[in-house]
This record gives sequence, C-alpha cells and structure tokens, in this order.
Amino acid sequence: MKEFSRLYQTLDQTTSTNAKVVAMVEYFKHAPPPDAAWAVYFLSGKRLKRLIGAAKLRQWLAECSDLPQWLVDDCYSSVGDLAETIALLIASATENTTQGSLSGQVDELRALSKLDETAQKNKVVQWWKSQGYASCFITNKLLTGGLRVGVSQLLLARAVAQHADLPRAVILHRLMGDWTPDESFWKTLISEDDGAADISRPYPFCLASPLEDEPQSLGEISDWVAEWKWDGIRSQLIRRDGQTFLWSRGEELITTRFPEIVTAAASLPDGTVLDGEVLPWNDHGVMPFNELQRRIGRKTIGKKLLTEVPCVFLAYDCMEAGGVDIREQPFKKRRTTLESIINAVRLVSSADCRLSLSECIDSPDWEALAEKRSESRQRLVEGLMLKQVSAPFHTGRNRGDYWKWKIDPYTVDAVMLYAQAGHGKRSNLYTDYTFGVWDGDTLVPIAKAYSGLDNKEISQLDKWIRKHTVERFGPVRSVTAEQVFELAFEGINLSTRHKSGIAVRFPRIARWRHDLAAKDADTLACVKQMISND
Amino acid sequence: MSSFQGSANPPLLQATRRGLDCAAGGFTIDPYRQTDVSVITHAHADHARKVANKYYAANSAVALLKKRLGDDINIQGVEFGEPFVLGNVTVSLHPAGHVLGSAQVRVEHNNEVWVFTGDFKRDYDPSCEAFEVVPCNTFITEATFALPVYRWQPGHEIAADIWQWWQSMQQANRPCVLFCYGLGKAQRVLSELTAFTDKQVYLHGAVNPLTDIYRNAGINMLPTVPIDLRDKKKLYDGELIIAPPGAGGSTWMRRFPDAATGFCSGWMRIRGNRRRRGYDRGFVLSDHADWDGLLRTIAETGASQVLTTHGQAGALIRLLTEQGINARELHTQYSGEGDEAEA
Ligand SMILES: [Zn+2]
Ligand SMILES: [Zn+2]
Repeated sequence: MKEFSRLYQTLDQTTSTNAKVVAMVEYFKHAPPPDAAWAVYFLSGKRLKRLIGAAKLRQWLAECSDLPQWLVDDCYSSVGDLAETIALLIASATENTTQGSLSGQVDELRALSKLDETAQKNKVVQWWKSQGYASCFITNKLLTGGLRVGVSQLLLARAVAQHADLPRAVILHRLMGDWTPDESFWKTLISEDDGAADISRPYPFCLASPLEDEPQSLGEISDWVAEWKWDGIRSQLIRRDGQTFLWSRGEELITTRFPEIVTAAASLPDGTVLDGEVLPWNDHGVMPFNELQRRIGRKTIGKKLLTEVPCVFLAYDCMEAGGVDIREQPFKKRRTTLESIINAVRLVSSADCRLSLSECIDSPDWEALAEKRSESRQRLVEGLMLKQVSAPFHTGRNRGDYWKWKIDPYTVDAVMLYAQAGHGKRSNLYTDYTFGVWDGDTLVPIAKAYSGLDNKEISQLDKWIRKHTVERFGPVRSVTAEQVFELAFEGINLSTRHKSGIAVRFPRIARWRHDLAAKDADTLACVKQMISND
Repeated sequence: MSSFQGSANPPLLQATRRGLDCAAGGFTIDPYRQTDVSVITHAHADHARKVANKYYAANSAVALLKKRLGDDINIQGVEFGEPFVLGNVTVSLHPAGHVLGSAQVRVEHNNEVWVFTGDFKRDYDPSCEAFEVVPCNTFITEATFALPVYRWQPGHEIAADIWQWWQSMQQANRPCVLFCYGLGKAQRVLSELTAFTDKQVYLHGAVNPLTDIYRNAGINMLPTVPIDLRDKKKLYDGELIIAPPGAGGSTWMRRFPDAATGFCSGWMRIRGNRRRRGYDRGFVLSDHADWDGLLRTIAETGASQVLTTHGQAGALIRLLTEQGINARELHTQYSGEGDEAEA
C-alpha cells in the first residue's frame, strides 16, 4: 500500500510524462504480481463497485473527527473531493510502517459488502485513523470510486511495455477487453507469448484527428479514400470460435443489446474482427441519434423496440481475417478483404442483412468532395472521414493517416443559469454550467457544457459565480442571468424528455460573449428553427 | 476590564473606506486611502500603502517599509511592547510571527482593550519574531485559512521536503524553481534550509533586495546571488532558484526551460489548487495561522468579541457563536478569497 501510494504521489506531483513512466516502471519492478495487477487496473481508470454512499461516509467522518456535521460538510464543499477531505481531516500524522499490500487492501475493501453497517463503519474508521495522509487518501479513493491520476492508457502501456521489454502495441492489445486483475493476468500481460489469448479480446481502436487545414494540404485526392462520418456507436465486431462479441469504443461489451447484429454476424467466418459503427437503420435509412439512445442503456431489448429502432453494423475496416492480424497491411488491401467478407455474408443472408459496408465516396477532386460534404446534414452524418490508402490500422491516434473532416457545428447564444463544481482536478472550481435561451420572458435550460474555456476564463468565471449566486441547491448554484456564451453543438433534435422540447448533442462553449447582455441571447423559437432547416 | 458589549461608546476600531480607523486615537491601522496618521502591521502590499502623512511601525519593519514605500516616508520605529500615546488612546505593538517586523496592534481606551492581528502565525519561524498572545476584550483576527482542513506541519519538516526535492533535481541535472512570496516566505525558506546545506541559492530580482534587508537584520540564511539575466551562458542545472509567484507565467521562466517547479503556500494543502496551477510540487508552508492556531489564539486572548478579516470566515464565526462568543466578519480590503494572494 505504501509503495502504491508513493507511486500515486509521484504521478500526481509531476507534469513530465517521462518521469511518470519512470515511476511506473520502478513500481512494477518491485511490486508483487497481485499488486501490479491491481495497479494496472486502477491506473487504467477502472474502479471497484461503490459499496458505501458519500452521505454515510460524511456522517461517519463527523462522528469520528469530533466536528459538527455542518463543518464537515463545509470542508467538503470547499475541498470538493470527499476522499481528500477525509484524509485532510483525520489521517494519522505519521505513515503506518506495517501496513499491508495493495491487493490486501482491495480484498478488505471488497469484503465490506459482507459486513453489517456497524462493522463497516468500524473497519473504515480504523483505516482512516491508522493510515497516514497518502495511504488514507488512496484507500478513500478506492472506496469512493476511481483514482483519476492523469495517466493515459498509452502511457500506462508504455511503462508496462518497458518493464516487460515488449512492444507497446502488444501491451495495449492485451489491456483491451475484459480481464480480472490477479496474479495470472499480470504474468500473462508481461509474458513473451500470451498463449491462447482470450477469444473476446478486441484490438485497440484506430483514431482519426480533426482536419483543421484545407483538404488540399493532404496532397493528391487519389491517395485518399473518403467515407461518411457516421454518428452512432463506434464498435468492434469479433467472430472467433463460433462466438460473437461486440465491443463499444468505451470497451464495454454490448453484444446482448444488439441481437439483430449478432444474428447477422453468425455468418462471418471464424477469426474475423471488424471495425465499424452501430447505427439505427430502418427501411428509410439511418435514423436520428436519439433513437439509438433508446437502445443504449437497456440490457434486454423488447420486441417493440427492436422493430421501432432496428440497428445495423456498418463496417469500416478489417483487423483480423482468417485468424490473422492484418493491421499492418495497407488500408486499400484491408478494404478489399473487408468487401469480400461482407459481400459473402450478404450473399447468404436475407434481404434485410444487419451487416453492411461503409460506402467509399468517389470524387474527381477535393472541390467535388467538399460539395458532397455539404450534403452531410441532410444525410444525418457528421461529415467525412479521410483515410490514406497505404496506412496501417494504427493503435490509437497517429496524426497524418486518418482525418475527420467534420461539418461546422451549430451555434447559439445562451445565458448561464446554473453552475456546479467540477470533478478531480477542477473539484474546487465551478466548471459545469447550464445554459438557457429565451422562451417569451423566461429562460429555459437547453444545454449543459463543461468545456471550451481556458483556465484563466474558468477562474474568472468561478469568481463571478461565487459573487452572483442567487440560490444553492446542494452542489448546484443558480446565478444571476447575465453572462452570455456562444455554444456550439453537433446536432439538435426534438425531445419530449426535456423541458425546452429540444435535445442538443455534444454542446460546448465556443466563446464567452462579453459583448452581449442576457437580452441579446437567442430565443427557443430560433433554436427550433435549426431543426426544420435540416 | 469591562466588556464592550452593551457599551454606548462607538467601537474603538472601525472598518471604514480608509482602513481600520481609530477615532479616539486619530489614526488608521493599515490604511488603503489617504489619511494623516497610520499604524502599519507589516510590509505586505495589502497592509502597507503610500497613503499616510505619518507612519508608526515596529523597528524591525522600518527598513522593509522604506524599501516598499520609498525612503522619503515619515516613519517612526517603535519597540515591541513599548506603549505610546496617540490622541486619547494607548497603543503598543506586539510580534505577530508573520514576517520580519510584523506586529499586532494593541489599542487601549477607557479600560477597553482591542487587538488587531494584521496577519499572524503560531508556528516557529527562524526569520521573524515569535507571536505573542495579547489578552484583550475584542480580538480582530485574520482568518485566511479558517477551515479544519488547513493544518500545518512544522516548517522544518517542509524544508526537509524542499531539500529532498532539490537533491533529486541535482541528480537529474535540472534547475528547480521554487515560487515563494518575495517578502517573508522566501527568507523563511532560506533560513530553514541552513539546517541541511550551505549551498548557494539564486534569487529572482524582486526577491534579492528584501533578502538583503533580512540579512542586515541578522537573520541566518543560505548564501544567495541575484540571477544575472544578461549572462546567457550560465547553466542552472541542479540549482535552486527562488522567485515570486508572478514570475511563473512570465517570459522570465523561458530562461529555465527544463526546470521543475514548486510553490510554497498554505493553499497547496488542497490538491486541486496545486494541480490547477500546474506546479510539479506544492509545499504546504504558510505564514498565516492554521485552523488550530486560530482557535487556540482566540481562546488564549480571552476575548469576548471576535471580528474577522481576510477570507471566508463563515465556519469560524458559526463555531465561535455556538461557543457563546460574539463573532462576526469585518469587511476590509485586506486580501481575502483571491487565493493568488497570501499576504
Ligand atoms: Zn494580509
Ligand atoms: Zn501579510
């Protein structure tokens, strides 16, 4: 535990990525395998199931720190992070030298579920009082959720790869999918040959960069393939050993949620892995994204929903064919393989096959392609994808070979109505905002946004929010309707679930309109107008 | 001593547009607008401004005040503990333990005693006079860090952390730039570090003259040299450089592209504060009283009325009120919520 909290501190106390890698390699060198496995688990942002609620922890904290509950709550709202507040208020002044291992602490944490409330409390309070600040903080972090330590999956893989003396791509691949953090996982992760790999394991996704320059800067159009950039769930479809697995980009297994895709995938040959997009698609073509949202978040899908929102897997690429990893092949070659695989499946399937091929858009020159791109909104796509014909299927983002050439977002001038403190790094700053537009003489909320401002603007706004709070509702403050922001978003739909009657997609702050007063903000009517323009 | 409670007299000290006014004595403590006679608690910018015709301050603060406000100010140095008369009141200065020459102001009138702390701390600091408890009826206290999450470790332990960090950067051949307030914190660090080394430290131009004043006052510190920016060839690998926080985002930092950065401040106790500023290391070292220091001092003064300045004292006031002490916030312009300034 001591070693892991020291690792955490080192990672937290440096902005240098090299120093972070050195610290992780050093940790892995000395850590017992079960500890190393759990460290990888937490550093990749995975978390334990939350067993005890925040309100209960705050109550215990007040009881065992001899502070009134209101003062504990004041401290929490000032610090903004419960794990940290607890450590600041009652951690022991010295680090306990005889403490156990990380995996031992995790076992104890998980064992809490078998205890009654009094026993849980005794256990937790005993940890608080016996551990020094650093370990107490970590224990609380594991108890209340994740660790958020500012280490990307790439950086973690770099450290493990360096420790194991293996290529980083191998480690990244092994870290994908579902695994249990135990001794055997760690040993397989760093072994030369991981033998019979888990058949469900997906490949790391290949990510595109946003195209900021003119497409002409990419050179000859003949070196590129253009496809529509669809707005669904980026996924990976795996067919191995007669079984099908569907992974989302968030590395969530979503196989059971799309039975129609599973049915279609049964015709794929064993040893096939496809990259693609899950999209809601009926007889008339693709449906708006919010229809897909009805399918997400439901573990079991009823017949009615299946007929109302049928989904399709639109294939973009092929990473494995005939059981062979073909990611190093040029895109053109992989595309040919992909076409023959999909065509073979469609040949043996019904007319309504739920497996289809992303269309390549032929254009004689960039101007003609730009013309095509202007159809994006009518087609319900976000723009175009540009793929270099000879590019391999990269691990992660590798600037230069894959570009997303998106259409310009919608923009609206809206007034800030509510603010809420952020999380992690921004936990003591108001960084999550709700914005509204005019509906008659009242402002109705239309969007929440928490990105788009720079640090200076955030702290300026934070000060303003604290001075102009009208009312507090728990962590949320309502503020004087005064500040106007230009919001950008990707899509807009009618919605019965929202008070405003509309739902916007990916809202973010484009800029702070110091030049506008609240009365200058847009009206709900003109925002709705944007829908009918589509 | 009779309590001020229920008295018909106006309060002995009042927060006005000018500063902390004493009508009976005809002077203002730490004025921010034009006034005739002033008493200054210490040389930080939010307490010492060039707005008075006449200044009283502790002897050991005179050189610092002249450096800050100009040699031409009309200033009278006063011994700690020596009472003097202004108008109808008796005034005396008592060490506040905040920075060199920092004073609490004790004001006595008709058997009524008020004390204003200016800024203060209870922790040991080898670079300034130690805090002295002054019994009073009304205690006007700073409350910069008035929550129980603010508790300080002793300065020498923090200095040990700084030394360890400096040593690790010596091994890595990187400069370490430590941001400290130029008056007080920088010299406290230089003094505490003498327990570990006698190595030379480089100073930013703004810190250098103030450090000379401390040295002239007999404070034992590491040897220092001002950084000569004209010397483009000089390498600072493994060296410790002390600079004011304002230098952080400036072009001055370009001189040290490979530097590790650290910041000494009480605000560094909260992780989010450190991460938001992007420093590599935050050292929790403050020249203000922590939560325990505030509560202990209030109790030791025996005051029945407590007024607060600096910062958000809501929790402190509520707690004191629950203990039966008459407590409220006094609205002044001494640096408060803005967590950039710790003066
Ligand atoms: Zn101050
Ligand atoms: Zn000060």
